[in-house]
Amino acid sequence: MSKWHIDITGEKKATRDGFGAGLHEIGHQNDNVVALCADLSGSLKMNKFIEDFPNRFFQCGVAEANMMGIAAGLATGGKIPYTGTFANFSTGRVYDQIRQSIAYSEKTVKICASHAGLTLGEDGATHQILEDMGMMRMLPNMTVINPCDYNQTKLATIAIAQHEGPVYLRFGRPGWPVFIPESQKLEIGKALTIRDGDDVSLFATGHMVWQSVQAAQELEKEGIDVEIINIHTIKPLDEEAILASVEKTGCAVTAEEHQLNGGLGDAIAHVLVEKRPTPMEFVAVNDHFGESGKPLDLLEKYGLGVKHVVDAIKKAVQRRT
Amino acid sequence: MPDINQLTTIASQVRRDIIRQVSAVNSGHPGGSLGCTEFFVAMYFEILKQADEFQMQGKGEDVFFLSNGHISPVWYSVLARKGYFPVKELNTFRKIDSRLQGHPATEEGLPGIRVASGSLGQGLSVAIGMALSKRLDDDPRNVFVLMGDGEIQEGQIWEAAMFAPHHKVDNLIGIIDWNGQQIDGPNEKIMSLGDLEAKWKAFGWYVLHMDGHDYDDIFEKIDQARQNKGGGKPTVILMKTVMGKGVDYMEGTHEWHGKAPNEELTERALSQLEETLGDY
Repeated sequence: MSKWHIDITGEKKATRDGFGAGLHEIGHQNDNVVALCADLSGSLKMNKFIEDFPNRFFQCGVAEANMMGIAAGLATGGKIPYTGTFANFSTGRVYDQIRQSIAYSEKTVKICASHAGLTLGEDGATHQILEDMGMMRMLPNMTVINPCDYNQTKLATIAIAQHEGPVYLRFGRPGWPVFIPESQKLEIGKALTIRDGDDVSLFATGHMVWQSVQAAQELEKEGIDVEIINIHTIKPLDEEAILASVEKTGCAVTAEEHQLNGGLGDAIAHVLVEKRPTPMEFVAVNDHFGESGKPLDLLEKYGLGVKHVVDAIKKAVQRRT
Repeated sequence: MPDINQLTTIASQVRRDIIRQVSAVNSGHPGGSLGCTEFFVAMYFEILKQADEFQMQGKGEDVFFLSNGHISPVWYSVLARKGYFPVKELNTFRKIDSRLQGHPATEEGLPGIRVASGSLGQGLSVAIGMALSKRLDDDPRNVFVLMGDGEIQEGQIWEAAMFAPHHKVDNLIGIIDWNGQQIDGPNEKIMSLGDLEAKWKAFGWYVLHMDGHDYDDIFEKIDQARQNKGGGKPTVILMKTVMGKGVDYMEGTHEWHGKAPNEELTERALSQLEETLGDY
C-alpha cells in the first residue's frame, strides 16, 4: 500500500479559484450565505456568486473596516457573511473591527483572505502579509484555516458555512499544483495525513504543503521516511494528531508561508514543549518583509524553497536522540 | 398618545441609576449618559417595536445599536427598568463577574446587547449590516444606531456614511448625540465637526434636527425618519443634547465625560434627582 494519500494531477489551479468555486456552491446550498467585497471581487473570484445572487452580494468599495462591521451586522441578523479581500486588508487593516465587532461579539463571519504571503509575488511587501495567521490565532473565538490547494480551499469554503462562529480562511494568488483528492473530506480542526512515514513529522500548511511533498519525494531517494501531516486548521490545532505522529517519529519540522513569529511553528512548538518536548526545526520567514518578484523565486530567497524543507528535515533527524 | 409624565418619572430614576452606577465603582461615563436619558427612555418605553423576549436576530423587531458604548450606564438602566434583566443587577456594573461590562458586550449574554461597542466608529457599519439583513428578509422594521459626536471623527463612520446611500439602505436611522463635548474638551477645540448637516447631506442622507431633551420633538422626528423609508436614502438625526443634563455641576462641560463623582458630589447629584421608581 502506498504511503502517499494524495492524487497528483499535474494540473495547476489557484487556491483563490477554489474559494470562488466553493462560494458559488455554498451559495446554492444555503440561502443565508451572503458575500461582501472591498473592490477585489475579480481577484477573489467571486463573479459566479455575484452573477447568481446579486441581491446577496454587497460591494463595499475600498473600505474594509466598514465591510467588517457590515458583516458583523449581517451575522447578527442571522446571515452567514463571507468577506473577500486580500489577506493584508482582511487582518492588519481591520484588526480592531474584527476584534470587537466579530471575535468578541461572537459573530459568524467568514473572513476570506486571498493573496496571502510571498506568493502574491510582484506587488511586493506592502501586500505580502506574513503576520496574518498570528494576528488571527491570537483572537479568542477565532478559527484559522489555511488550505493547501484548489480542492482543499473549495472544501474549506463550503465547510465553514456550517461552523458556528468567526473563521479566518487564508488562501493565495498563484496557480499551484492540485493534489488533494476531490473526494477527500475536510473536517475543521482535524489534520490530514499526506504521507505516512517513520523518521520525521513534517507539519505543513497552505502552499508549503506542496513544497513538503517535493521535499519528501527527494528524501525518499535518500532513505528518509517523512510523515507529512497537513495542518489546514491552525486553530483549533489537532493536538492529538501532532502528538501521535511525533510519538512515532521523535522529531518535527513545520513549514508555513508566514513569519516564524506567531505562526504554525509557534503553535506546534507550544504543544510539544508542554506535552512532549521534541527536537524541532522551522521553515518560515525569519523576521523579514518580502519584496517584489516571482512566487517561486521569493520562496527560495526567503527560506521557503524545497531545499530549505529538505535541510530542515535532515537537521531534525540528526537532532533526534 | 404617549404619557410624557410617566416618561419623565422614569427618566428621573434612570438618572439616579446612572449616578449610582458610576459612583459605586468610581469609574464610567456619566456625562453622555445623562445627556441621552430622554432619548433612551423615549426609545425603549415608546418608540421601539420589540418582542417581549430578547432575541439576538431581532427578526420582526426594531433593532437598536449603541455605537458610543461608553454611555453604557444609561442603556443598562433603561434596559433594566424596561425589564430586560433584573434592576438589582445594575449593582454589578463594572465589577468582576458581571454581565454589565464597562462597555457593552455580548459574551455573557446580557439581554438587549447585540454587539460589543466601545472602540468607537464601528456601530454604524454594524447597523447597516442588520438593515441589509432585514431587507433580505422583507422585514419592515427599522434599525437605529446612536453615535457620539466625537465618535464621528473616526474614519469608519464616513466609510459607512458613503455605503448606506449607495446601497439605498433606507430602513436605517442614525442618531448623533450632538452635545458638543468630547473627552479632551469641546469638539470645536479638539477636532471641528464643521457643518454636520451639509456633510451628511453631501453623503446622500436625509438630515433631521432634534432636541434630545424634548419628548414631543423626539417622537416627531423619529416618526419623520420612519416615513423616509422607501425614499432610497438613510436618515441621520442630529440630536442636540446637554452633556451631564440634570445634574447642575455636570451640565455642559466635558469634565464629567468619563469621571465619577466623589461621595459628596454624588449626594449633591442625587439630591437633584427624585427617586421615582425605587433605587436598586
